[in-house]
Amino acid sequence: MQGSTVDTSESQVLVTAESQAHGHDDHEEHPDFRIFGMILFLIAEGMIFLGLFAAYLTFRSVNAIPADQIPERELLLPGINTILLVASSFLIHPAEDAIKENDVKAVRKWFGLAAVLGVIFIFGQGYEYSQLTFGLRDSLFASTFYILTGFHGLHVMLGLGAIFAVLWRSREPGHYSAESHFGIAAAELYWHFVDVVWIVLFLLLYLL
Amino acid sequence: MTSAITENPGAAKPPSGPQHKGHHPWWIYFTFCTDHKVIGIQYLVTTFIFYLIGGALATAVRAELATPASDLVSRELYNQLFTVHATVMIFLWIVPAGTGAFANFLLPLQLGARDMAFPKLNAVAFWMVPPAGLMLIGSFLIEAPGSGWTSYPPLSLTNNQTGELIWILSVLLLGTSSILGAVNFGTTIIKMRMPGLKFNQMPLFCWSMLAASALVLISTPVLAGALILLSFDLIVGTNFFNPAGGGEPVVYQHMFWFYSHPAVYIMILPVFGMISEILPVHARKPIFGYLAIAYSSLTISFLGLIVWAHHMFTSGTPSWLRMFFMVATMIIAVPTGIKVFSWVATLWGGKISLNSAMLFAMGFLSMFVIGGLSGVMVASVPFDIHVHDTYFIVAHLHYVLFGGSVFGLYAGIYHWFPKMTGRMMNETWGRLHFVLTLVGFNLCFMPMHWLGLQGMPRRVAEYDPQFATVNLVCSIGSFLLAISTLPFLYNAIHAWIAGPKASGNPWNALGLEWQTTSPPPIENWEGDPPLIEDSYAYGSKPGKKSVTALKGSDLWKTPV
Repeated sequence: MQGSTVDTSESQVLVTAESQAHGHDDHEEHPDFRIFGMILFLIAEGMIFLGLFAAYLTFRSVNAIPADQIPERELLLPGINTILLVASSFLIHPAEDAIKENDVKAVRKWFGLAAVLGVIFIFGQGYEYSQLTFGLRDSLFASTFYILTGFHGLHVMLGLGAIFAVLWRSREPGHYSAESHFGIAAAELYWHFVDVVWIVLFLLLYLL
Repeated sequence: MTSAITENPGAAKPPSGPQHKGHHPWWIYFTFCTDHKVIGIQYLVTTFIFYLIGGALATAVRAELATPASDLVSRELYNQLFTVHATVMIFLWIVPAGTGAFANFLLPLQLGARDMAFPKLNAVAFWMVPPAGLMLIGSFLIEAPGSGWTSYPPLSLTNNQTGELIWILSVLLLGTSSILGAVNFGTTIIKMRMPGLKFNQMPLFCWSMLAASALVLISTPVLAGALILLSFDLIVGTNFFNPAGGGEPVVYQHMFWFYSHPAVYIMILPVFGMISEILPVHARKPIFGYLAIAYSSLTISFLGLIVWAHHMFTSGTPSWLRMFFMVATMIIAVPTGIKVFSWVATLWGGKISLNSAMLFAMGFLSMFVIGGLSGVMVASVPFDIHVHDTYFIVAHLHYVLFGGSVFGLYAGIYHWFPKMTGRMMNETWGRLHFVLTLVGFNLCFMPMHWLGLQGMPRRVAEYDPQFATVNLVCSIGSFLLAISTLPFLYNAIHAWIAGPKASGNPWNALGLEWQTTSPPPIENWEGDPPLIEDSYAYGSKPGKKSVTALKGSDLWKTPV
């Protein structure tokens, strides 16, 4: 709320009450456009990854990293991790349909399942780091490997933070409804984003 | 009012609430305020202060270069001076002044919105700028960055590491601020146009901001990626860009220019938009080629993304790639030329009033054309190899960024000052400011073309004595340029405090932002904004608002 003068004339008060009933003030975040803004932001986020991927591909191709400097990568664990992350993306998806039916309980179930898989992914990544034969500074490939997986892992943790925030807030009945559930939609969108980035990353870092 | 301005059929909201009345108190400008007009002015004043600081650094650089020997400052300090000068001017003045100040102030007013789509995000984006700037300027107290604003490794990995880290942090913060701003502008332009306002009726400033925001969203993150890798090289000791450890410095150059070339369009597109708004008002003619100007902004935005390696013709770029980037770069002259010819055609036969806003707009036009021409020259690979890293480049970039962007920003300030503050600026001081700026600017930068062609390298504190006379002329020009800000400062401060009151529409303009009081009320309009079907319908069309009898500079004295 802006300004300090209080106008007590009847019509003014009525209109104020009405605008409060509508749930927002004109100088608040515009609720209808938050997902659109989120998509624009994800384009920017995606461009960071695209830039890093491009750098990695250049390191690999133009002035190629010598083959003996590229260590063998264990595929089983990251493969399982990939399946987990993709599965969690499928698991989180029904939540938005559920909230459109006002079914907060189902939202909590799907978000909870996705969160469990996400946490396993993070621990799996940590375990993989501990088993790797190369360290961050060992070679150009190693540095790129850690930066890309680490930067992605950071985004997974941010996504988990969003999921846990939704789980926390949804305890309060009526916080999310069929009409108002930006938090759920945003967390889900972000989780899909993190998933897509991982698939590209897996193809480039492990399979290429 | 007139037939060009009709009642808005899709009337959305009644004027409402006690918070919608009146104006902000003065101290609101020092707070976390979500009103786009306050944020716009916060941006403008903050960035102008940084402009003065960057100008002081430039003056120090030119003072050093007045004589061939490095006798005024040490070589190290000289490197730091031009590094911080460029960073401040680009990241803390032109980018946030064009996309931050004017876009914030004007977009909702031109689109008929009460505020931006995400006001809190908007305020967050602004409040990242002052700390980032203070950090950068404050680095002189510890150790300032000294590797040029490009921070090319391996130089930046070995030279002034602390300063380099401060530089990276500051630029990352400013980049984030810029991205958050672009999210806001994009959403506002696409989603918050008033009912009935079609894309092809939008003021051209909105079009240019749409194009600039797309560039920010796509290119700025890549710079962030490069700086993250660079900081790992600096702090952790990885070797992404360090050839000694198997890294590839040219990858940094690619990532850096993938942002920093579009950045010149981020700096010039908002100004293109402002010029398209200013010229019709003060020439009393409809804009020539509305759609051509609108779509050429988008074309520039697209082409701007695929020309970055023309900064790297001497970086071992393969010749087939150089050929591609040379041709792509030259093609940009086409949409830019479309704009320039449209502006000239707008002026042609108009009732031009040579007030300060118009003088700076025309100054922009002529200076920018010179910069554009030398731009086509340096796009050509053989020529570029000859002048790369010489003063020819310094001359070219200042004709585009100062002769282009800064002249345009001044035009914008003179044009919208009455709307922002509700006061008129003094025309005499404004014209003095223009003359001093134009003379000082050309005296400073025109001779640099010659210096560059003769082979004087840039970014070196000392030079061959044969260039002494010309350099002295350049330095005198730069001092004149420094002095030229004084009449502006006096004018702006005096007008803001005690200038004559401005009416809501002092230029008798048709743009939507002029159809409200000056300064606008907190909710931008009392009641609903009118729907402007053609905001450039000056004079020519029968039945539209007839203002041909009036001259722009005198309009504000005439009762509307």
